[in-house]
Amino acid sequence: MTTSTARWRNGLVYAGVVAVVAYCLAPFYWMLVSSLRSTGDIFSTSLIPSPVSFANYRAVFDPTQGFGRALLNSLVVAGITTVLALLLATFTAYAMARLEFRFKRLILTLIIATSMFPVVSIVVPLLKLFTDIGWINTYQAMIVPSMSFALPLAVWNLTTFFRQMPDELEHAAMVDGCTRGQAFRKVIVPLAAPGIFTTAIITFIAAWNEFLIALSMTNKPGMQTATVAISKFTGATTYETPFGSQMAAGVLVTVPLVVMVLLFQRRIVAGLTAGAAK
Amino acid sequence: MTTRTTTRATALAATGLLLAACGSSGSGSGQAGAPSFEGRGPITYVAGKDTTGTVQPMLDRWNKAHPKEKVTFIQLPTDADAQRQQMIQNAETKSDAYTVLSLDVVWTSEFAAHQWIDKLPEKRFPMSKMLKPVVETSRYRGGLYAVPSSSDGGMLYYRTDLLKKAGVAQPPTTWGEMTGACAKVKRLPEAKGMSCYAGQFQKYEGLTVNFAEAVHSAGGRVTDANGRPDVDTPEAKKGLDFLVDSFEDRTIPKEAITYQEEDGRQAFQSGKLLFLRNWPYMYSLAEKSGVKGKFGVAPLPGLNGPGSSSLGGHNMAVSSSARNKATALDFIEFMTSEENTATFLRDASLAPPYAALYDDKALIEQYPYLPVLKESVLRAVPRPRVVPYGDVTSAVQQETYAALTGEKSSAQALRDLQKALRKAVAR
Amino acid sequence: MTEVPAQAGAGTRPQPPAARGRATAGAGRLAALLVSPTLLVLTIVVLYPTLMALKESLYGPKGLDPATGFISDTEPFVGLLNYADIFGEAGARFWNAFWNTTFFTVVTVGLETVIGVAMALIMHKAFRGRALVRAGILVPWAVPTAISGLLWRWIFNSDGVANALLGQQILWTTEGFHAKVAVIVAEVWKTAPFIGLLVLAGLQVIPKEVYEAARMDGARPVRRFWHITLPLVKPALLVAVLFRCMDALRMFDLPYILVGAQKHSVETLSMLAQNEASNVRFGPASAYAVILFLYVFLIALAFVRLLGTDLVGAEAVANAGCSSAVGR
Repeated sequence: MTTSTARWRNGLVYAGVVAVVAYCLAPFYWMLVSSLRSTGDIFSTSLIPSPVSFANYRAVFDPTQGFGRALLNSLVVAGITTVLALLLATFTAYAMARLEFRFKRLILTLIIATSMFPVVSIVVPLLKLFTDIGWINTYQAMIVPSMSFALPLAVWNLTTFFRQMPDELEHAAMVDGCTRGQAFRKVIVPLAAPGIFTTAIITFIAAWNEFLIALSMTNKPGMQTATVAISKFTGATTYETPFGSQMAAGVLVTVPLVVMVLLFQRRIVAGLTAGAAK
Repeated sequence: MTTRTTTRATALAATGLLLAACGSSGSGSGQAGAPSFEGRGPITYVAGKDTTGTVQPMLDRWNKAHPKEKVTFIQLPTDADAQRQQMIQNAETKSDAYTVLSLDVVWTSEFAAHQWIDKLPEKRFPMSKMLKPVVETSRYRGGLYAVPSSSDGGMLYYRTDLLKKAGVAQPPTTWGEMTGACAKVKRLPEAKGMSCYAGQFQKYEGLTVNFAEAVHSAGGRVTDANGRPDVDTPEAKKGLDFLVDSFEDRTIPKEAITYQEEDGRQAFQSGKLLFLRNWPYMYSLAEKSGVKGKFGVAPLPGLNGPGSSSLGGHNMAVSSSARNKATALDFIEFMTSEENTATFLRDASLAPPYAALYDDKALIEQYPYLPVLKESVLRAVPRPRVVPYGDVTSAVQQETYAALTGEKSSAQALRDLQKALRKAVAR
Repeated sequence: MTEVPAQAGAGTRPQPPAARGRATAGAGRLAALLVSPTLLVLTIVVLYPTLMALKESLYGPKGLDPATGFISDTEPFVGLLNYADIFGEAGARFWNAFWNTTFFTVVTVGLETVIGVAMALIMHKAFRGRALVRAGILVPWAVPTAISGLLWRWIFNSDGVANALLGQQILWTTEGFHAKVAVIVAEVWKTAPFIGLLVLAGLQVIPKEVYEAARMDGARPVRRFWHITLPLVKPALLVAVLFRCMDALRMFDLPYILVGAQKHSVETLSMLAQNEASNVRFGPASAYAVILFLYVFLIALAFVRLLGTDLVGAEAVANAGCSSAVGR
């Protein structure tokens, strides 16, 4: 391959990257721009806000909105949901990918079937149940129902990633004297790290954006999550749409996620890979 | 998760199916008897998110005076549908988490018929000092189920500068005068590209408000005194025709079919509209915009004279599954007192239910639109007070939208609407 | 020779020398142990409420007593009447919503698959700042649906930036095909990264050797994609598509916020169910939910069949011994 075709191909890749980034970020840019307009120019369609106003961000972090606390609650709920779902799903996915047993197809179907019933239709029975056992306004009341969508997603994704790992590697490790568990932990998990990490991100985001359960299970401002807090944003009057501060809040719930992914992806992937038996 | 919009979606989603699952479990709790308002102690006040920061200070005052009967403020999403969903969910699970509810005026019949709220002892409250149409919204089958805490009415915003320049001395009181004034203003060079009139015509609750206003302003009615639908009439047709014809001859700009309150405000403030039907909230915002000092308000025009507005606002009610109802009654009395609603008007510009406050000199100085608003509320007709309000307003939006977009003739739309309303009410 | 655990279930096959005897014999029990926590959690949070909804769908709305003006306390048992009404009286509206739902699912998931796979292929190329770009494409998926619905409603406003860019005066939120287009654009934007990320992860776990081998064979890029890359990422892609389909079939927030309630052009089955429930008719609402559930379930079953050998492998192995191990 000549250098010129390589350069040509490189250029093509970069053009593709630019296209992908533009596609994903252009609407988000509009969100950012809208959040930086002052209330008066909220209807403007200029590409750069002028003057740039941080009033919407100040409004979001106004102490009465409790948005900082809400972000923290979201972090706790989505974080624990992700960890729990991944943990349970890893066991299950391992069995699905590596063990042969009866009813496997049935169980996989059942797991996905459960994630199909609309969340809205399971909230009220759960609300009654949780009221009875005193779980209203607790983290577990939000975490446990979130498992209904997080767990199937995690099980199915992990199963595909685990199955993609060649069996030979694991067996080689077992020949070397690893137990089945060790072989899994030291060989399969590191190799499937990108898949596990992606599953974690996707589960986390799904839980982070959950609204209905969080709204129904809490009535104390101190326990509300970010999406619930956003739903309570207001303009100065009932009819006025607080579009600017909603967009600001949208930016504020999205950006930390992305930064977190950036910071953690190397570390987590590295961590998962570190156990690899060389 | 918009206020109006954001939350609506999710909240709706929430209630929608949510409740589905708990349906048949309501074992008869037998609340049909007269409720007794007993028990004192801590209660909760449940309302949409307070947009103005005036509610909590008021609650603090109450709590200071009643240390053993403290009120906790539970704020629901800003979106009205989301609020209703949460309240229904609370009622269906017979929870005592909510005590005093702040209800939108159109929900009273539904909440009363389902016995989600208690019938109130009428003599506890100064109903005679309140504006009559406002009090109407708090009754079901003659009984008092809620106490008005705030009101709202539509007004006609108009450009004083342009009317003056075109030689129109008075704001129009009829639709004919309004289009006549438009024709004159349109000849001015400044009026290039302007449209005459707009209201709220997107397919949502605002369309029901505007349809009802048009019909009432032409002498028709949506439902009769007993709540039976009555829209297939020549009067109602004249009302609907005003809107349909205005869309057709571009008196109303064609993009107004997508307008909610804020879109119309935007168009008016950027000088695209000569007349706009909107709520009082817009007044202070327009005062900060490009049309500052160039606009005024008047009562809504009608077919042969001043028209009538639909009513907005909120009423306070007691959740039937709550505890400490004696405290709840006292609290409602406190929140809806003339003195405290005056405070809400001063600090939060909420239109009060009391007639006297509209004539208060100091308040008029602060809110120059008060006299117009009083006239508007006094001539107002409540939107249909029926139990299945959700079905009724859906049908109204459905048929009105079809007529406005030219999908049906107005006569056909009204015939179909009459049929749909009959069915909804019979259900 | 590699499919050691496969024998566990049967327990009668001769065991290859590499296997741990203990683990193999107990594979069935081990599997039960590993799977049961997941099943337990799902039973509590899903199965119980689902059965309640099923029961609810057999009850009609509470009636109004004309004498007292109060709604009765109990719901009448109506059997399958709610279902009959959906196909009978409300038939036109139901089928409209059914086709809208199907149309949105096919079009959005189709577009998302193409765009998502393209994203993944581009990002799989090693280049500087890949981590940054990868985090960047997360953005649309990370924006809460309601916020994104609001953002797009603003963009598709009559005075919005979409019309400004197109130089047109399209009223996107009115009835018509343009309303569908608005919903599709917003939905595809938001969820294509979901497929992109999962496929990228699928690409990343393909052993490098496989590519090297193909390159040695002199396979051209396009050929390599169709014959090597695609088959290898197929399981990850299919799972991503499956979850997307299920979500798209239940689509609610986006058309509701972006275009509005009761717009025939964009009304979906979830919106119908929601509409019934918000008018306190829980029986019919549950009936819609059950029908939607069955529809989604059929699609999922089809996927499980399609994915069967890739994901489950069990039946194939049971019959063919080691054959399923071949080719991986």
